[in-house]
Amino acid sequence: MNEISRTRRIWGLLTPATTIIAVFVAWQLLVTGLHVREVILPAPSEIIQALLSQPAWFAQEGLYTMATMLVGFALAVIVGILLAILIVEVKLLESTLYVLIAALNSVPKVAIAPLFVIWLGTGYGPKIAIAFLIAFFPIVIDSVLGLKSVPKDMLDLASSMRASQLAQFWRIRLPTALPSIFAGMKVGISLALVGTIVGEFVASDHGLGYIILTAQGTFETAQIFAANILLGAAGIVLFWAMSALERRCLPWHASQRQEV
Amino acid sequence: MSASVQRAAPAPPMIDTSLPPIHIAITDTSKRYGAAGVLALDRVSLTVREGEFLSILGPSGCGKSTLLRCVAGLERPTGGEISVHGETVRRPPANMGVVFQRDVLLDWRSILDNMFLQTDFRGEKRSRYMARAHELLDLFGLKGFENAYPTQLSGGMRQRAAICRALLADPDLVLMDEPFGALDALTRDQMNLELQKIWASARRTILFVTHSIGEAVFLSDRVVVMSPRPGRIAMTLTIDLPRPRRMAIREMPEFAHYCAQIRTLFGEMGLLKDE
Repeated sequence: MNEISRTRRIWGLLTPATTIIAVFVAWQLLVTGLHVREVILPAPSEIIQALLSQPAWFAQEGLYTMATMLVGFALAVIVGILLAILIVEVKLLESTLYVLIAALNSVPKVAIAPLFVIWLGTGYGPKIAIAFLIAFFPIVIDSVLGLKSVPKDMLDLASSMRASQLAQFWRIRLPTALPSIFAGMKVGISLALVGTIVGEFVASDHGLGYIILTAQGTFETAQIFAANILLGAAGIVLFWAMSALERRCLPWHASQRQEV
Repeated sequence: MSASVQRAAPAPPMIDTSLPPIHIAITDTSKRYGAAGVLALDRVSLTVREGEFLSILGPSGCGKSTLLRCVAGLERPTGGEISVHGETVRRPPANMGVVFQRDVLLDWRSILDNMFLQTDFRGEKRSRYMARAHELLDLFGLKGFENAYPTQLSGGMRQRAAICRALLADPDLVLMDEPFGALDALTRDQMNLELQKIWASARRTILFVTHSIGEAVFLSDRVVVMSPRPGRIAMTLTIDLPRPRRMAIREMPEFAHYCAQIRTLFGEMGLLKDE
């Protein structure tokens, strides 16, 4: 059984890696074979070349984007979960604030981005604000769902043991809601990255979004692709990190037991 | 034979001083949901003595679970009074263990950690109950599963763990709300035998809600049969069968007669059309 699961795990890593390599090889062959101009679609070799010509610059701007994104995401997690707790605890907030949040969620947050520049200037502020705003909604909504889905008999059990409301929250309701909260955070972290890039598009002189925008101006297509590949890699790493954290925090959770 | 049956009448006042003291006194208790809503319980009166095994039997919707929840302090009756050890129930009484239909084990706690939920709530030291915990696990055949997680156990084992959890702090009152309803017939029989054994060893008061006639007669000193809409006590039946009872007792004519009495009553209520 151990042998089988190990084989399966190796396959689980090998197949996506092989797929990605195959795509890049096909891309390289097509671009060189069909003589596609670099400005339209650069070959993978040209993208790697663009990355390697200024590695420090890409790293520095990439870290800038990451730091902004992580601050926005962290704020979204803290505010989102606290607000979800309030919404579930206070009946009045559920019929007012929660309805408002659900309604605002349908507004395209990207469209609000220019407002933040007016309010917060062109530094870290607007990017963090947009990353926060866009990641905040799924976290609040999923956390509320999780906190409300605690089975009634479980709370009855705790009451029959004369547990205080606070003790019930820590020992029953929060652990029950955690899988749902994690689901919201996994969606939120990808969205926070989107929000940061949008912020950098709107007004910035730093970050991967800024690289993409200036490269567009000078038709350096390979740079745009390089920045996007970095963003894609960052997205995968962040999602994977969240999944690893989830496995660590909720080893009991059903979705963790199935081999995916 | 109807001499041992009292229909819709509360037990007459007991004068015999050799009887154990009253544990639960339910007086004219009613429960209505909503201002003009369903009357789940209609002036129910019942006395349970210390160490008694009493089953509340009835079809779904007869208010038997509501009655149990009122005794547990999880719901407040809208009329009448319930007292435990002479004290009116306003919140869950101390020294009580509850077993629900679902085992309600917490997935993120091991079996042993689940058993310690109440002591954790109270902030008590686990070491005080550790010997008792292992004794219970042993008794219910869960030895070796202390560190297993609920998802790794079968339905029967999970419910056994839930019973262990209810018994850990040595409560003198155990309330059980259809605890074996979700189990297969064979496991259910096995659980009945184990429950009888644990009850005989410590003589706690057990209030047992079920819809199985055989289960109620097999386990109980007294069976209270309820009728639905509104929930009322239709019959109280004292089960005078020797203990410890073996499974084979179910083939004895006395046992069959008790069951027949209840079935006849269900038939009269129009709940059982046997033709």
